[in-house]
Amino acid sequence: MTGVKGMLGAVVTAPLGWLARLLDAPLRLWQRVAGQGGMVAFFLLPNMAIFTIFVLLPLVINIAYSMTTGAALFLPDRTYVGMGQYERLLRCTDYTNLMTCQEDQFWIALRNTGTFVVLQVSLLIVAATITALILNRALRALSFWRAVFFFPVLLSPVVVGLIWRWILDRNGVLNAALVGVGMDPVNWLLERNYAFSAAIGVTIWAQLGFFALILLAGLQAIPRDLYEAAEMDGTKPARVFWRITLPLLMPNMLVVIVLALIRAVQVFDEAYVLTGGGPGTATLFLTQYIYEVGFASLLKNPGLAAAASILMGGVLIVLTLLQLALGKRNERKGKLK
Amino acid sequence: MSRAMAFLTRRKGGDAWDWTDVFTFIWLGSAVFIMFGPALWLVLSSFKSPAQLSEFPPTLLPYEAQTVAVEGYDRLLPLFSVSDDDGTRTLAEVRRVGTVAQMVDPANPAEVQRINIANRTPVREVGFSWGNYLDPFLRFDFLNYTKNSIFVTGVATLITLLTNSMAAFALSKYEFRGRGFVVVLIIATLMIPLSVILVPLYSIVAGVGLINSLWGVILPTVATPTGVFLLRQYMLTIPDELLEAARMDHASEWQIYWRIVLPLTAPALAVLAIFSVVWRWNDFLWPLIVLSRQEVYTLQVGLNAYAGELNVQWHYLLAMTVITMIPVVLVFIFLQRFITAGIAGTGLK
Repeated sequence: MTGVKGMLGAVVTAPLGWLARLLDAPLRLWQRVAGQGGMVAFFLLPNMAIFTIFVLLPLVINIAYSMTTGAALFLPDRTYVGMGQYERLLRCTDYTNLMTCQEDQFWIALRNTGTFVVLQVSLLIVAATITALILNRALRALSFWRAVFFFPVLLSPVVVGLIWRWILDRNGVLNAALVGVGMDPVNWLLERNYAFSAAIGVTIWAQLGFFALILLAGLQAIPRDLYEAAEMDGTKPARVFWRITLPLLMPNMLVVIVLALIRAVQVFDEAYVLTGGGPGTATLFLTQYIYEVGFASLLKNPGLAAAASILMGGVLIVLTLLQLALGKRNERKGKLK
Repeated sequence: MSRAMAFLTRRKGGDAWDWTDVFTFIWLGSAVFIMFGPALWLVLSSFKSPAQLSEFPPTLLPYEAQTVAVEGYDRLLPLFSVSDDDGTRTLAEVRRVGTVAQMVDPANPAEVQRINIANRTPVREVGFSWGNYLDPFLRFDFLNYTKNSIFVTGVATLITLLTNSMAAFALSKYEFRGRGFVVVLIIATLMIPLSVILVPLYSIVAGVGLINSLWGVILPTVATPTGVFLLRQYMLTIPDELLEAARMDHASEWQIYWRIVLPLTAPALAVLAIFSVVWRWNDFLWPLIVLSRQEVYTLQVGLNAYAGELNVQWHYLLAMTVITMIPVVLVFIFLQRFITAGIAGTGLK
């Protein structure tokens, strides 16, 4: 372990050290000319420049971008249409029937994403909580079991998508197993409901270990003597869970729920590689809609994609604020008691 | 053995089996299968020949059909095990006409026998189709994709470490006007995902001429708010007295940064380095948008393009997926502790 650590250290520090020595003399001069303030500016400059150009600027431009139309890429060349793109996204003649919407694809993506978020996040949270509770029982070889659940977390979404595409293939190993026990094979990725469930299952598979880990950290921080006291009072395990474990796990649980929601709203990579949005539009999600409208389709409409992405960003901000507010309220309630 | 049994049957306490014990065993047991199984299946499948991949039901291990050189024939002939009225024997197939195969005994090549194909099965041995791994590198662009991925990952990680640590240093060790604003700005953008700024970001990257350039993939990712946040939290715990003492000794601010603060931040830098490597290696959506020419594809984009073809060549695709997986699996095996510590501590991902 120390060998790996040392090697990693050398790999990281060698180029930095070389660069540092090279910069030493000019920076001493700069410090004499510009003072400490100048040095602060120097330290901040590279990161803040990149940050401003590639994160802040796009964020601001996006709002202007969503109010323009046309195929031109650069903002000054585009035609201003006010709220036209939003109108186009949101207008339906009959809101009970999505097919009457001008951008029916957007509404389908919205509906799919909504369904996905509700189902995936709730199943994921339940599974992660169970996993964390089990890992928190004084298990032997905890690090092994933690690794078991954590393994898929590091895999790239493309790899995850391909692994499962191979397993769920019409002639894949899952169907072989089904036939083996005397059932009919299923066209997992070519039937709407199965494909949707596969997208949910695969993303849960890929994320479970990550969220279980955060919850486990929360469980391990709960003082043992609380449980001992409960045991002495003869409290039932279910009551211990609802009255001690869950309330004290709440801070970590909230983090987990926020992160899971934010990720579920943006679902793209795994699902895209797994199903490509299909069959038909059964697994078309918002990010894929934005990608296709903005980049992939023949009739690109970057303005429309920008408007859709701003609506999605709005949802994400609302979710984050809501969870933060909930967290504050819980804290206050805890203090009052 | 008895110790193993004692370990396997350890329970919550007492002699009775609690239902939670049973549940724990079931949950953990199926987890090993479900979490490792798919990746293992990928690796096993990646060594199979195209013919074997299309078999249903599939075999667990990769097999190779056995061939034999027979006197009087230029090419290697496939071996079959034949069992009919004349008993069971091993023959080599010369050619097949309809349902009848013309076969010879390798020991007696002169006599051609006619065998109904229903009576024969190919002779196979466990064998690995290494060609699945070699061909994509020799014949296709995968060597290029791999190089691109390594370049993006390495350069992006180095720049991330350097710029993030400099910014974190300024934001944790100096008092200046607007510091609070910058910190809040960075924390606020922690939650802004790429998919929200996709379109304008593309126009900016196009504006600076980096479309279809690996730098166009690298630059937007390096100013990670997460990295600055993580390093700043760590640097705040370094006592200011250390810095003051160094200033007494006429160390320049730059020397304080790289001689004192940076080495003390090594654990946090290691965590960020590992995360950055995994992030950049796995990036998909942004490279997919920026890179549209095959020469500049990264592995992830190349894999996706390959999987999207009309006739997916699964034997190559599976092997390349395994190769794409290797660096991450290595990180997992050797550096998992850093990562789990990072996640449990900060919710980093």
